[in-house]
Amino acid sequence: MSRILVRGGRILDPTTNRDESGDVLIEGGVIAAVGEGLDARGAEIIDAEGGWIAPGFFDMHTHLREPGQEYKEDIASGGRSAVAGGFTSVACMANTHPVNDDPATTGFILDRGRHESPARIYPIAAATRGLAGETVTEMSALAEAGAVAFSDDGRTIQDGGVMRHVLEYSKLVDGLVIVHAEDCSLVGAGVMNEGPVSTRLGLPGNPSIAEDVLVMRDLMLAELTGARLHVAHVSSGVSVAAIRNAKERGVSVTAEVSPHHLTLTDEAAIGYDTNTKVAPPLRSAADVAACREGLVDGTLDAIATDHAPHALHEKDLDFVEAPPGLLGFETALPVVLDLVRNGEITPLELVRRLSTNPARILNRPGGDLAVGSPADLVIVDPERSWLYDPAKGYSKSRNSPWAGQMMQGRAIATIVGGRLVYHVDKGVLVP
Amino acid sequence: MKKSESILDTARTLDAMDPDLVIVRHAVAGVPKRIADVLDAPVVNAGDGAHEHPTQALLDMLTVRQVKERLEGLTVTIVGDILHSRVARSNIHGFLKMGAEVRIAAPPPMIPVGVESLGVKVFTSVRDALSGADVVMALRIQHERLTGSYVPSIREYSTTFGINRAKLHYAKDDVIVMHPGPVNRGVELSHELTDDRPSVILDQVRNGVAIRMAVLYLFSGRKSQSGRGEAA
Ligand SMILES: [Zn+2]
Repeated sequence: MSRILVRGGRILDPTTNRDESGDVLIEGGVIAAVGEGLDARGAEIIDAEGGWIAPGFFDMHTHLREPGQEYKEDIASGGRSAVAGGFTSVACMANTHPVNDDPATTGFILDRGRHESPARIYPIAAATRGLAGETVTEMSALAEAGAVAFSDDGRTIQDGGVMRHVLEYSKLVDGLVIVHAEDCSLVGAGVMNEGPVSTRLGLPGNPSIAEDVLVMRDLMLAELTGARLHVAHVSSGVSVAAIRNAKERGVSVTAEVSPHHLTLTDEAAIGYDTNTKVAPPLRSAADVAACREGLVDGTLDAIATDHAPHALHEKDLDFVEAPPGLLGFETALPVVLDLVRNGEITPLELVRRLSTNPARILNRPGGDLAVGSPADLVIVDPERSWLYDPAKGYSKSRNSPWAGQMMQGRAIATIVGGRLVYHVDKGVLVP
Repeated sequence: MKKSESILDTARTLDAMDPDLVIVRHAVAGVPKRIADVLDAPVVNAGDGAHEHPTQALLDMLTVRQVKERLEGLTVTIVGDILHSRVARSNIHGFLKMGAEVRIAAPPPMIPVGVESLGVKVFTSVRDALSGADVVMALRIQHERLTGSYVPSIREYSTTFGINRAKLHYAKDDVIVMHPGPVNRGVELSHELTDDRPSVILDQVRNGVAIRMAVLYLFSGRKSQSGRGEAA
């Protein structure tokens, strides 16, 4: 395999707290050397001058829609979109058709990932069979087949007794259980955050307490069972506080937050743009502030996009009928760079939440720049301005609330396993 | 318009007919606005979900002004299912804009979260809400709301929030009673209030014709002048 020298960037390695300029030499798919003025003989040179050299981002919450809904996205298009956003690893949720609740489907997704996607693909299996919230899936067989976590995601397990058994059973394989926390009975007919904005718009409100109640239930169940719980896309300030408190008590819990919940409020829905409809919904400015605080202080460990493609005709319905979800990969970096520009977080700590922490939570390789580690890297230009047009992106869908907006910051190059898979000037290169 | 219809397709279909004016009513808030965003012709919102019903508010304001000869300084009390009511929201915006005080009274589950941010005063006691009121507007309550968990029963609702002569004593002597119709007799309004003064319900119906004629008159032919349509 070829030699690549990534030259002259700001090296950010959260695992060693390294934050200094230098080069990274890649050989045989792994990181061969990190330092100043490395020998470039015979190597392909990638110029990182003025940019960051970081371990590739790891998106632990996405929907790639394959098998079954390839008109929205597939593993190939999703993987291409991922590397164009600087993500080298992607975990995908189980709400496919068929549901990823058996080892054959898990194997199929892994196989497609290996052959079709430039990013590494890690399947998350369902926590209950058919996402029905009744019977625990065959977790040992699924883990054996390569499932990295268990989740019913948006089909939240409403029955506390079932959730208890899911958590207990997951200990058999030391599995991670990911919860999309929403209590259906409190969500009711809600389609956007409940508050002054929903009242003015006349849209049914989904109160943040629907999230809080379920977060608290599952924190208590995690405490009781000792299982590993991960709270997906936290959006409510009360939930952030509950997770902080649980961590202080020593509960085995981690959490993620999405770029949209870190930057957009429910006021984004004022024009009734269904691309702002997402679950859990965009919340109040106070909730956004609490999520940012939680991300900075480490209560929220990871940034995950919840990349959720939907076709144009599905989003072109009224606000109640349109499905929730938005594209995440290609906008995540510029959107969360807002926290760096605002002085709320350092580049090194941001990379920790985009890369190192999700890799550690899922116990997969990546997230570091150690010599000998797989060469999964991203080169970032934090200043570059560009116009985001989903039609020019790699996803099959276009449902983004940032469509048509100027973005600041971009992945310049993405390397997976020592291969340059994306360069901003050349586009996605393989496969 | 029905649910599950593509907004763009609907707008394109309407556009193909080259209309002078489009009137949209939809069960979900925001649909008229989104059609207006893509259509050249003016769009009149004839009611969208729990969002707005502008012509209803216009005819209600006209009715009040005919009787009171002003809107500014009046106290208007709206009673009933505010949460699900587009009539309430449009009247709140309209009467506040014209300088009236607007109060709302409802069973607590039917008070929208954050509604005070619209500028209204919120009451759960009808007696307090009616105290000194010039106008009482009772809202129609949908039968399915009476069988869910919003209120315990029709009987309890009509006793606590139904408007009758006894409750009207708290209001001003010359108070008028309004209702967007059709009335659930004996629920939102007692029989005698539905039919006789101080009820102005039939004036509302009459003014509805005039207001809608005026809206049609003012907006037709606007297409060539304005280019993009706007939701009225
Ligand atoms: Zn989710």
